[in-house]
Amino acid sequence: MQRRKFVQKATLASMTALLGTDIVFGNTLPDHYLPLGLQDPDPFKMFNKNKEMVILNDKPWNIEAQAHLLDDKITPNSAMFIRNNGLVPEDLDATTWTLAFDGESVKQSKSYTIQELKSKFKTHTYQLTLECGGNGRSEFNPPANGNQWTIGAVSSAKWTGVRLRDVLEDVGVKPDAVYIGYHAADTHLSQNPNTEPISRGVPMSKAMQDETLLAFQMNGADIPLAHGYPLRLVAGGWPASVSGKWLNRISVRNIVHDGEKMDGDSYRVPCEPVAPGEEVEDEEMCIIESMPVKSLITYPKSGAMLKEGQSLNIRGHAWAGELEVAQMEYSIDFGATWKDCPIEKPVNRLAWQHFSAKIDFPKNGYYEVWARATDAKGVSQPMVLPGWNPKGYLNNACHRIAVKIG
Amino acid sequence: MSEQNKFWKSSRRIYRFLIVVCVLALVSGIVIFYLNYGDTDTDKNAENEYTTFSDDDPDRIEDGIHVRTGLVDAPGLQETVNNCTSCHSAKLVMQNRMGAERWHATIRWMQKTQNLWPLGENEAIIVDYLVTNYPPKSKGRRETLADVDWYELR
Repeated sequence: MQRRKFVQKATLASMTALLGTDIVFGNTLPDHYLPLGLQDPDPFKMFNKNKEMVILNDKPWNIEAQAHLLDDKITPNSAMFIRNNGLVPEDLDATTWTLAFDGESVKQSKSYTIQELKSKFKTHTYQLTLECGGNGRSEFNPPANGNQWTIGAVSSAKWTGVRLRDVLEDVGVKPDAVYIGYHAADTHLSQNPNTEPISRGVPMSKAMQDETLLAFQMNGADIPLAHGYPLRLVAGGWPASVSGKWLNRISVRNIVHDGEKMDGDSYRVPCEPVAPGEEVEDEEMCIIESMPVKSLITYPKSGAMLKEGQSLNIRGHAWAGELEVAQMEYSIDFGATWKDCPIEKPVNRLAWQHFSAKIDFPKNGYYEVWARATDAKGVSQPMVLPGWNPKGYLNNACHRIAVKIG
Repeated sequence: MSEQNKFWKSSRRIYRFLIVVCVLALVSGIVIFYLNYGDTDTDKNAENEYTTFSDDDPDRIEDGIHVRTGLVDAPGLQETVNNCTSCHSAKLVMQNRMGAERWHATIRWMQKTQNLWPLGENEAIIVDYLVTNYPPKSKGRRETLADVDWYELR
């Protein structure tokens, strides 16, 4: 019986699809409307991801890249990590989508359709680096709980949208505003409609930056569903959890936003350094703002074997949160000596920068190529793990690849 | 009449025509389907097909692994599956290597913020299961590169 029912349903469904969508509403149907099989067993197909992406969690979806998948200067969707806190919302319609503004510090509550945002405000495009605050968590000792990200929870795509600042000015913000907090359409894992999976935000100073966007496009197309279709707050250089996906409301607050995952150990680190494993009181934790300086060798993939005398061309990206990367170095002797290599200027503020080098090895054997970036304030990546914190954030230790010669 | 109305009127005509065509197709499809497959329920073939459909025994264990979740089959498995995999993936449980104290703290956090219910006597059983089967590994300040996938680079 099951099978019969299935066939009947399938027949009906395909016919409805033929009738309803292709002919009558073909011109108004949102590109992203899929009768979502979110339980589909093939997430690579479902999210259009490279098969070499690594699934850390399937409920909620958390998928990361490997270093060599991030070789493109502008990260394509296929290599972009997914970090979800809740369940991906279904049946999203960009034509009826609205973004509401409320909170203690708005002069009036106001709401905009995406079309209104597009027509009322100037559109801007920036390449923005988004890195998960917990990227590199897997290396901390004692281990920190949460998704065990290695190195692939970072991306730098082109985002197109309107400036949050322009819209806030149109809404009208009271002088006592200190923070904005986002709200979104994703649902809590417990399915409890009264709990938000995540609702974070930024201080007004970050909200008012030129590059902080209400984005409706990624890499020149509609934002993929898993990355926040149809509207996403994008604030480059800060933990990517600040860049709320499926954005439908922004609260302008007269206090530090107190939404879900703004307190406790979430996206917070000890205000003062602690010993590994130390218990940290709530009031001694501070919210992470700019991400630290970091770099990745994206070519070649770790494990390259070269012939004697063959030189190696490496390349990769470096980024430094709110800052620019000022210097790039590599070492083939575990940091005993470092060589400078050229680092390109960013295409715009908060975009990652590219480096490359040609390396000659003195003799046959096993090598590791370590990369180290230094930011505009002279702060470099550490070779060992940086300060331990309860949730394992901000691991910006040098990336390295293994190479064998001869 | 505006362009849009014209479009609507003509598309309605097409729409009606297509409904008729599709209803006919659906009816004949069902008839053909029943004629061809109506009796297969009693066939031996059908039984095979049904096993693939119902092949989702939630408690199946293969090679010491609970197939549905990937968790190790050991005392406490059932309690862990029942309480720890209905909200999030078991992958999240397996990746996290913690001692008993931190597991208890994590459970408190989930109860406080993530709507986890009181675990009662099961809490000790679950934490025992986790620290026995997924013990923490000491990684030092930086681990050696492991599992390097060697290949020739030309």
